[in-house]
Amino acid sequence: MNLDFQELSGTVKVYLDNRLVPHVFAQKENDAYFAQGYLHAKFRLWQMEFQTYYAAGRLSEILGRYSGSTDLLNKVDRSFRRLGMGYAAEQALKAVEANPVTKGQCDAYTEGVNAYISTLTKSSLPLEYKLLGYAPEPWTNLKTALLLKLMTWDLAGSENDFAMTNARNLFSAADFELLYPTTQDSVDPILPKGTPLYGTSDTPGVKLRVPLHADSTYMMAKGSALPLEELKPDRDNGSNNWAVSGSKSGSPILCNDPHLGLNLPSLWFEMQISTPGFNAYGVSFPGAPGIIIGFNDSCAFGFTNAMRDVRDYYEIQFKDQTRKEYRYNNEWLPTKFRVEDIKVKGQDDFLDTVAYTIFGPVMYEPGYADPLNTGKYYACKWTAQSPSNELLAFNELDHAANYSDYLAAIQNLSTPGQNCIFASKSGDIAIWDQGAFPAKWFRQGDFVMPGIDSTYDWQGIIPQKENPHMVDPVRGFVSSANQVPVEVKRYPYYLSGNFPPYRGMEINRRLEQMENITAADMMQLQTDNYDLFAEMARPLFLKYIDTTNMEPAEKSYYTYVRDWDLRNDPGEKAPGIFNSWWHSLKTSIYGDELGQTKYPVMEPYDETLLEALLKDSSYKFVDDIRTPQVENLKQIATLAWKKIYPSIQQADTFGNLTWASFKDTKITHLLHINELSDPHIPIGGGTYSINAAKSDHGPSWRMIVELTTPTKAYAIYPGGQSGNPGSPYYDNFVDVWAKGHYDTLWVMSPGEQNDPRIQWKINFTKSQTTANHPE
Amino acid sequence: MKWITSLLLIALLSLAAELYLPFWSVALISFGVVAAIPQTSWKAFLCGFAALFLLWSCLAFYMDAQNNQILSSRVSLLFLKIKSPILLVLVTGFLGGIVGGMGALSASFLRSPETQG
Repeated sequence: MNLDFQELSGTVKVYLDNRLVPHVFAQKENDAYFAQGYLHAKFRLWQMEFQTYYAAGRLSEILGRYSGSTDLLNKVDRSFRRLGMGYAAEQALKAVEANPVTKGQCDAYTEGVNAYISTLTKSSLPLEYKLLGYAPEPWTNLKTALLLKLMTWDLAGSENDFAMTNARNLFSAADFELLYPTTQDSVDPILPKGTPLYGTSDTPGVKLRVPLHADSTYMMAKGSALPLEELKPDRDNGSNNWAVSGSKSGSPILCNDPHLGLNLPSLWFEMQISTPGFNAYGVSFPGAPGIIIGFNDSCAFGFTNAMRDVRDYYEIQFKDQTRKEYRYNNEWLPTKFRVEDIKVKGQDDFLDTVAYTIFGPVMYEPGYADPLNTGKYYACKWTAQSPSNELLAFNELDHAANYSDYLAAIQNLSTPGQNCIFASKSGDIAIWDQGAFPAKWFRQGDFVMPGIDSTYDWQGIIPQKENPHMVDPVRGFVSSANQVPVEVKRYPYYLSGNFPPYRGMEINRRLEQMENITAADMMQLQTDNYDLFAEMARPLFLKYIDTTNMEPAEKSYYTYVRDWDLRNDPGEKAPGIFNSWWHSLKTSIYGDELGQTKYPVMEPYDETLLEALLKDSSYKFVDDIRTPQVENLKQIATLAWKKIYPSIQQADTFGNLTWASFKDTKITHLLHINELSDPHIPIGGGTYSINAAKSDHGPSWRMIVELTTPTKAYAIYPGGQSGNPGSPYYDNFVDVWAKGHYDTLWVMSPGEQNDPRIQWKINFTKSQTTANHPE
Repeated sequence: MKWITSLLLIALLSLAAELYLPFWSVALISFGVVAAIPQTSWKAFLCGFAALFLLWSCLAFYMDAQNNQILSSRVSLLFLKIKSPILLVLVTGFLGGIVGGMGALSASFLRSPETQG
């Protein structure tokens, strides 16, 4: 196929292989991004546009006010608008367009998308447009910025400030620390315990002043319960990554598997972009230029989520109901208003006037999402609302030749904060916990904060060089799996966030033992179903459940867990039984305390309960405070078992007790249309396995890169290159992914244009004549 | 014979028209053919219906086979609530038949009442 476009400055040759992966060859980089935009649109237009509608708070415009019983206007669109997603995207766009590299890149990309859109007719529109009855609008650079903000929200748009504030209101200071400790004993940080934090022993770059009386007025303030009407991303958005050095594997190997929502069309689009300046292969975001996770001829790079809390709420005091002025440092400051015009299909527009303060947009107020009518105003302060140019980070990583290029590239990554992993052919491995992280004092931002002055405001952003990092360690590997980055006590700033410890511990334990590592070993590790949490928690199961009066069938379920090899394999029955019991136990232990209020309260983490019970079986919260007698752990553990036994038996009768059926992994179409989704995926793993495949969430791109010459790489993702539900390439990777297999990636070289793997060719040319261009 | 000729004519002209014109062009073709070769109303309807039913069914069947029934399996589940590509093919043909039949029927009504048998 030959296509002519006047926007191009030269020729672009695109070769699509038998996995529908495009290999793009261009002399000019911006021409390559033009082709990338065209290809993204050709295969994923509906998805990329729909996601920008979602991010911009425009779903009502195409779906109407309600979708099923969900009030899209109030629960989704207004939520995103009031969070300032549109504002944040505009700020990001300013930074993107201020830089000539990313400006040119985005302009070319946008032109490419629009070049494809202009070829569409009513009958050739993607299926979803026909189902919903609308047509694509022109792509813009702002849409790219919106898409990146959606990703940012997904990864760094989560905190539990309201639920934590409610918990603080409910419990005594001592109980609160027992329920919500800020770290665990059994944790293996990204920087192993005892590792020097940074080269120099400088005092911290940001010297924190803890507000006077914070202990009494903030930590232990008691107030009424607070609203919780939040649109939240999945709290398990996490990932694994690691890189092993040549000392363990000959040449460095880098592995990454980001865990995200499992959707069709897939989040990722795989491709190769080759220009005189760089040759990168990996996955891209449909809607944004460049390769996001992947490798080039010199090095490989990947990410896991840093999990830090970069979003806080401040209570604002307006002078009156007009919200025109608010109190700040004993002055009345003028409010800036942003009017959000929300179009609603079949109805009049909804106008939402959002007040912007020095802290950010007032997200909650009497007129929005406050079912309790507290009459209070809460502004949301979020690092993602500041201008930043993450695209430049990816652009420079695609070009990176060595460690210093990588280090320069990631400086551009502000939000979402990521554990950026790196390995190069020259032998370096590195990890940086990188991002714009507010420097906080202990517990700052765990609760909603007073906003009448600057006392509780962030006092600065942690200087980049003080972000935790590790380069070429003696142990021969670097890794991260969303655990806490450093020993909490040694870091000069408060590490607030949600840091699940177990995958990280397991990865490090395994990597420590491995020598002479091959790619096959890495595949085995990345898809490993071993459950470290169960290893640590099963002794409680065996010790405290009373087996004396068990029926034979009941006993057999107990025995499954007793004899379990601790692997969450698809055919095992024990994982479903064990997990049901654990959740039942957790509810029995905390349900009575948390149930004292009808308002949402933060549920303690699994690791908190596990550590508490392993240390002390007479843990304070074991007793059911609703009964007159005092229960012990044995009674509660047995009761938890008796409660789940009928449902376990029922699941077994219907053949749903084997782990794959029990957790029932499903890859859901973005519109939640069952007929366009892939249900019942036979895959093992789970929350605490390295193979973190849960019911709707899991490894979204498993990648292994051997930094040999030539590079050898293997990868798979749960989807397919085409977004068209009628294409064989819509979900052809799913089965391979579920089996834990990988495809070998083909980094095409310019001389291979006659390779039998090539199925289709597209030539983008500037003029009508198709001259022979060197490749 | 006149009926068969009209049917084939409608089918072939519709096939050609659909390459360039929107779907409803088939109604105009049925209309035109019946206007040119008059038939009684029920015969006209059946003629237009059969022509487009056959054309759209065959086309849909062919395209579906080319696609290995991937899209039709999902879409039949979505609209018909059963996984039956062939039923979706027949529904497609039926819809085409209605459009063609109505076009033909309209043309037959254009003629004066005496000419109608």
